[in-house]
Amino acid sequence: MSEMVLLGDEAVAMGAIHAGLTAAYAYPGTPSTEITEFLIRYSEKNHKPVAQWCANEKTAYEAALGVSFSGKRALVAMKHVGLNVAADPFMNSAIVNIHGGLVVVVADDPGMHSSQNEQDSRYFADFARILCLEPTNQQEAYEMTKEAFEISERFHIPVMIRLVTRLAHSRAVVKLKDQRNENILQKVPNPNSWILLPSNAKKQWHQLLEIQKDLQQHAEESKYNILQLNPQFKEFGVITTGLGLNYYLENLPELDPKPSHLHISEYPIPAEKIRQLSAQVKKIVILEEGYPFVERFMRGILSPPIEIFGKIDGAVPAEGELTPDNIRPALGLAQRDRKGTVHFNLPNRPPQLCPGCPHADTFTSLKKAMAIFQETMVTSDIGCYTLGALPPYNAIESTVNMGASVGMAKGAADAGFYPVVAVIGDSTFLHSGVTPLMDAVAHNTNMTLIILDNETVGMTGGQPTVLPSSRLEKVVLGIGVDPQHLRVIPTHRKFIDQNSQIILDEVKYEGLSVIIAVRECVETAKRHKKEQK
Amino acid sequence: MKYDMIIAGVGGQGVLSVAAIIASGAMKEGLFVKQSEVHGMSQRGGAVYANLRLSDQPIYSDLIANGTASMILSMEPLESLRYLHYLKEDGYLITSENPERNIPDYPDLSQLLEQIRSLPHALTIDAHKLALEAGSGRATNMVLAGAASHFLPIKPETMQNFIKEIFARKGEKVVNINLKAFAMGREFGEQLLKK
Repeated sequence: MSEMVLLGDEAVAMGAIHAGLTAAYAYPGTPSTEITEFLIRYSEKNHKPVAQWCANEKTAYEAALGVSFSGKRALVAMKHVGLNVAADPFMNSAIVNIHGGLVVVVADDPGMHSSQNEQDSRYFADFARILCLEPTNQQEAYEMTKEAFEISERFHIPVMIRLVTRLAHSRAVVKLKDQRNENILQKVPNPNSWILLPSNAKKQWHQLLEIQKDLQQHAEESKYNILQLNPQFKEFGVITTGLGLNYYLENLPELDPKPSHLHISEYPIPAEKIRQLSAQVKKIVILEEGYPFVERFMRGILSPPIEIFGKIDGAVPAEGELTPDNIRPALGLAQRDRKGTVHFNLPNRPPQLCPGCPHADTFTSLKKAMAIFQETMVTSDIGCYTLGALPPYNAIESTVNMGASVGMAKGAADAGFYPVVAVIGDSTFLHSGVTPLMDAVAHNTNMTLIILDNETVGMTGGQPTVLPSSRLEKVVLGIGVDPQHLRVIPTHRKFIDQNSQIILDEVKYEGLSVIIAVRECVETAKRHKKEQK
Repeated sequence: MKYDMIIAGVGGQGVLSVAAIIASGAMKEGLFVKQSEVHGMSQRGGAVYANLRLSDQPIYSDLIANGTASMILSMEPLESLRYLHYLKEDGYLITSENPERNIPDYPDLSQLLEQIRSLPHALTIDAHKLALEAGSGRATNMVLAGAASHFLPIKPETMQNFIKEIFARKGEKVVNINLKAFAMGREFGEQLLKK
């Protein structure tokens, strides 16, 4: 049996390969990016599986559905907020009869290291009425992914693997198992289960509800949901989910006697095991990485028959990640001694745009152009350029979700605001900015869109954009932007003044204008130079 | 045996390469290893740190608990203090003296170094100077790895082998510079053995 040192993300990728994966699709998003990066590297060497970046999470999900429809195994990977984008195919893929195994990997980001919220994807799995597996270490990430394909094909549902940042981005040795062959190419035998006309959809929904008891039983009997009872100690019992287990085990040597403990890694919530635990103890402490998901179900609306301590009552912090330290009060343990505190004012060191970043030059031109107006509005988006919100730029005023800068600018202009500028990156534009631009074209909205074209997906490490930069112009013109008011400018320190004038001219134009500010990201430019050597 | 360490610095200073060399060395010697890193947003000139955990027993948490780290190894002086709460009473702090001043409110360097040196078991190194003597300022992180090598539960030869392996594709010259930087750092680190 061979071993590999793998990130949690890479362990998922390896598990999928060994499960006979045929194709994987994704849009880059921290902390999920390394799953697909690993698969792409593997595929370059081994000529399979298909591993591709897509325009966004929704298109990625739909491609994975097509693979399943053809009888082959597919994986689709995304960060937690990516599942919002893919929610439509995700929810409806639970209704069809999944054919080739479909595994959806969602990497949550509690603590918001690189995200705008802490949403917990277990709610989405529950919403879709499917099964969810939550690994606690790299070995489980590998094994659960492999197993998830089997479960998917057995119950004909997509199966979710829920990761969190600390597992996705932590390395350890993984023991590898056998490689399974790919499925044969064989279309869904009865496509009615995929034609979700109401008459079919009703049958499919009925069937999904019918198998809920089987999914429940699968979770109750799961080897990943481990109940250990200690009948000698009744004061309190512990429930852990996700990485809560690791932090609990880290502190367990200090607990004597050992409490009864249930760990949950497979959902639907194993209700019977929770009942068995609560029958043995006076109180339950619950340690969950993410939202208080299990805790809310346990508390319900009427008073539970047992005292529960978790995130809702404040025994465990409701915000941010769990740590080996912040769960100690809930377990009745004192905080650990630390070395002397620092008597020194430590300034923060936030991330910043790289020296020589093309975005910085565009921001300087933009600020200069807008200086003549008393009040201005600059909406923006998700990417490196979000750092334009920080000093010394202070150039943008909103970052909500992928593509929102364009639609928000339209709304603000409709509301009567002038001048309104939206700033979006090339990859984010292709991900979710094209459709709101169509809305602006349809009404010739009085706004200016600046597309920062650095020819890459920068913030996640420089992945290629789905369309080459040279085609952006044709996309913009193709949806009907007036060619007189599409300006393509090279962005650079030496063009700051002339670019500022171009921005000002277009802002003054009463109607929709688009400016594409072009220069390659300094990081990818460096890499490309090296590759050429 | 359990050895937890924080490796700190600023994005681009080679925090992850040092972590990789120590982690690979530990695995080679049969230890359990967990190495937690920061990716994404923090890479861009921001504070970066890795949690590295080595043990002869299975390791559960990817994160180090407060007051339990045996060492903080930092590529930058200000960053060495940011994670002090992880260090245990008798833990070692080894840091470069060379500041990365990419923020407007960077503190006074002499006061900063004084604060670090006042801690027990702390060592500051002009790692950049030693790296230049070894042949390249880019080998600063290997000077620091060398200084730390006295205290790690791994043989220095094992780490040296991984330095050879990691830099092999960049040519013999780069390998030798990094090995020399490691050796110079190791020699400088000896003084901390007496503290």
